Amino acid sequence: MEVFVAIMVGALVTASVYLMLARSVLRFLFGLVLLSNAANLLIFAAGGLTPEAPPLVAEGAYAPPEGVANALPQALVLTAIVIGFGLFAFALVLIYRGYQNLGTLDSEQMRLAEPPESDPQPSTPQMSPMAELSK
Amino acid sequence: MAKTDTSGGPLGGPAGWISVLIPLILFGWFAQHLPAVAAGEVLAWQWDWVPGLGVSIGILLDGLSLSFALLITGIGTAVTLYSTSYLGGSPHYTRFVCYLMAFMTGMLGLVLSDNLLTLFVFWEVTTISSYLLIGYNADEAKSRRNALQALLVTGTGGLAFLAGIILIGAAAGTFQISAIEATLADHPLYVPILILVLAGAFTKSAQVPFHFWLPNAMAAPTPVSAYLHSATMVKGGVYLLARMNPSLGGTDPWFWTLVSFGGVTAVFASILAIKQTDIKQVLAYTTLMALGTLVMFIGVGTPEAIKAAMTFLLVHSFYKAALFLMIGVVDHGTGTRDATVLRGLARAMPLTALVAALAALSMAGVPPLFGFIGKEFMYKAALEADPAMVWVVSCTFAASALMFAAAGIVAWRPFTGRLADTPVRAHEGTAPMLIGPLLLAALGLGLGLFPDYAEALVRPAAAAVAGTEVKVDLYLWGGVNTALILSLVTFAIGWVLYLIHGRLRGWLLTWKSRFDPGWDRLLGWVAAGARWQTEVIQTGQLRRYIFVTFATLAIVMAWTVWRAELTPSMTLGDDIRIKHWSVLLFITAGAALVAFTNSRMTAVASLGVVGVGVALVFIMFGAPDVAITQLLVEVLQVVLVAVAMLKLPHLNHEYVKTLRIWDLLLAVVIGGLTTFVLLTVMDTPFDLRLTEFFEENSVPVAYGRNIVNVILVDFRAMDTFGEIAVVVIAALGAFALLRGTKRGTQ
Repeated sequence: MEVFVAIMVGALVTASVYLMLARSVLRFLFGLVLLSNAANLLIFAAGGLTPEAPPLVAEGAYAPPEGVANALPQALVLTAIVIGFGLFAFALVLIYRGYQNLGTLDSEQMRLAEPPESDPQPSTPQMSPMAELSK
Repeated sequence: MAKTDTSGGPLGGPAGWISVLIPLILFGWFAQHLPAVAAGEVLAWQWDWVPGLGVSIGILLDGLSLSFALLITGIGTAVTLYSTSYLGGSPHYTRFVCYLMAFMTGMLGLVLSDNLLTLFVFWEVTTISSYLLIGYNADEAKSRRNALQALLVTGTGGLAFLAGIILIGAAAGTFQISAIEATLADHPLYVPILILVLAGAFTKSAQVPFHFWLPNAMAAPTPVSAYLHSATMVKGGVYLLARMNPSLGGTDPWFWTLVSFGGVTAVFASILAIKQTDIKQVLAYTTLMALGTLVMFIGVGTPEAIKAAMTFLLVHSFYKAALFLMIGVVDHGTGTRDATVLRGLARAMPLTALVAALAALSMAGVPPLFGFIGKEFMYKAALEADPAMVWVVSCTFAASALMFAAAGIVAWRPFTGRLADTPVRAHEGTAPMLIGPLLLAALGLGLGLFPDYAEALVRPAAAAVAGTEVKVDLYLWGGVNTALILSLVTFAIGWVLYLIHGRLRGWLLTWKSRFDPGWDRLLGWVAAGARWQTEVIQTGQLRRYIFVTFATLAIVMAWTVWRAELTPSMTLGDDIRIKHWSVLLFITAGAALVAFTNSRMTAVASLGVVGVGVALVFIMFGAPDVAITQLLVEVLQVVLVAVAMLKLPHLNHEYVKTLRIWDLLLAVVIGGLTTFVLLTVMDTPFDLRLTEFFEENSVPVAYGRNIVNVILVDFRAMDTFGEIAVVVIAALGAFALLRGTKRGTQ
């Protein structure tokens, strides 16, 4: 099972890094969501995986039965999920506002503060050097 | 330079007389210690500054530092008095005085510090304040450029010096100069220390090939040149060499480096002095000659040589400061400093002529002036300078003969003959401008006639440099000996050189200096390099920055994994069911779809699939609370994105249809490494002490049966509070952004 979760986390990280390297900031946002999912899963898995035994104390007992799931990472992940949502919501509004003001979702055309110095054709989107290399 | 005498009151107003009074009082204070130090005492005061680093503010007053302190405050008084008249009317006079006082503080601290780190701090104070002083005429591009050049050259040397200090601290175990007892010559770090310390001293004291900044520093007002570039700052390097002589000196590398660099500087500079037509530049180059000579004799290191160096130090400070100040008066009184124009000033400026005559005779080394004694002792020391006797004697001889000619150019030709036409009708300077130079010039004569008084300073100074007692007996007439004969030949050659200096200059002018253009080219390369680097690193493309960040992460992770030789166990386990396979499929397929789709709706839907998949994982492994939260947040996210989509454009097909191979490669590397590291983490036994604490105390202490909830709202309640605060702040920020949109569109 550990291998399963580890592969899941790896797949999520791969997809999110690939998305965050994209030029569209909307894709970047998708990458952010996947990354926070990956991070949550990672913390959860790193605390040990215990199938189908939630950390609950039965009525009348003073301690949970032996072998329940680790409660601590669950609490941490719960907090992380909510904070991840806060980050996501703010980033989404920021992207929306950026689109309103700049009229684009392409991070390479968002050059209001640092306009390219000697760009011969500033309107056409340029190939990134990495993309050029890959051709 | 400054042309006005209209000061803000007598002595240039409060700034003026305060600036005169401070060095005067300090001079008196130092002078009262003269008898004790002359008797061989070493006075020391010490306060802890940064005890943890072994840094203390210590004052060490021995012969060497007292000589320097007296020169700094004494010439300082003359210079500040002179400035009240020379710059008194200038609108920035107060600023000038502040710079000058800051410089004087730095210089005094430099020569009095007993701690190498404190010494370095003051060393840098002199560098920075001299930058401000050289660039005093800040509206001239040349002035700014030359100030920057001086700052960069001496500042770079200062950094090397700092590294040298740290190595000395490591080698000697202390930063306190007086506590460095043994010589460091046998230490394995000796050669690096020597190179670094010499780099600092040579840049500060303008030895070839770092000499070019000093003549350029003549862009400063004349009093600054007189003070910084003859008597004090440039001697900082000489002071350092003298101070370190007991611990670093006496070895072959020390001897040969100092003797060769000093000798080359002395001869090279005095040849270039003849080439100049601006008499201030002539003096600038003769200063280089003096610095080279001092370095050479400190390098020789015999008691005779050190005695000669310390005597020449005093000689040079007196005549050079007097001559610089004299040139200021001439510049002021005639409006030019051109040696080819100035003639016959003696009648119009008799007192200035007197200063010039006395100081120049001392510079030329003519008896009975102090300069003669200095030169005689240098020859005596040079004749005993084994194993480089021929080299040292030749350098001293060539430099002295050229010095004789330079003295003629500076002080004979401008004052004799028929009065020439000058931009301003020649007139004498004011009293404050003449008192200082007259006193300094008179000192050169007085100490020449009565050298016993100079012994009081030279003897303890030489003792401090040599590290042992040095017998010092200065005299004007030592009988007919080799040194005297050398002196007479020097005068003869010097006289001939003076007579033909016009032709020499014409010939020398065909030489082009390569140092200054070289410097400009070097700075050009640095600027071009910086521009190139900025263009490469600061592309302004968000993608590039993120790529570099992730690439760094990948490298660091890979390196750590490789170094730690991690090898996780890769067992699949025997309890794999269909549900595990399906969740894995769900999540990986969803993630891949988000990554590669060009449709917004597909992306949002796939995001939802991934989120639900993650929630399923939480449920499978006993975390229902987390799963519920995850589902809730996932739904909210999808809704929010869907709402935003109404206002946002489609994903642009044009620039996403190509598969970004490099990005994908990087992503796969990071994802693979994450999997690898996570597997290793899950292999290691888990420390359950905290979890056990929560399990045991959840019911008895917090009265809750759901342990996760108890942790969140009880044990770690402050965390939860912080989390709520984060969400509130994000909401407020989002609200502010959205409200701004409305106003913007109105």
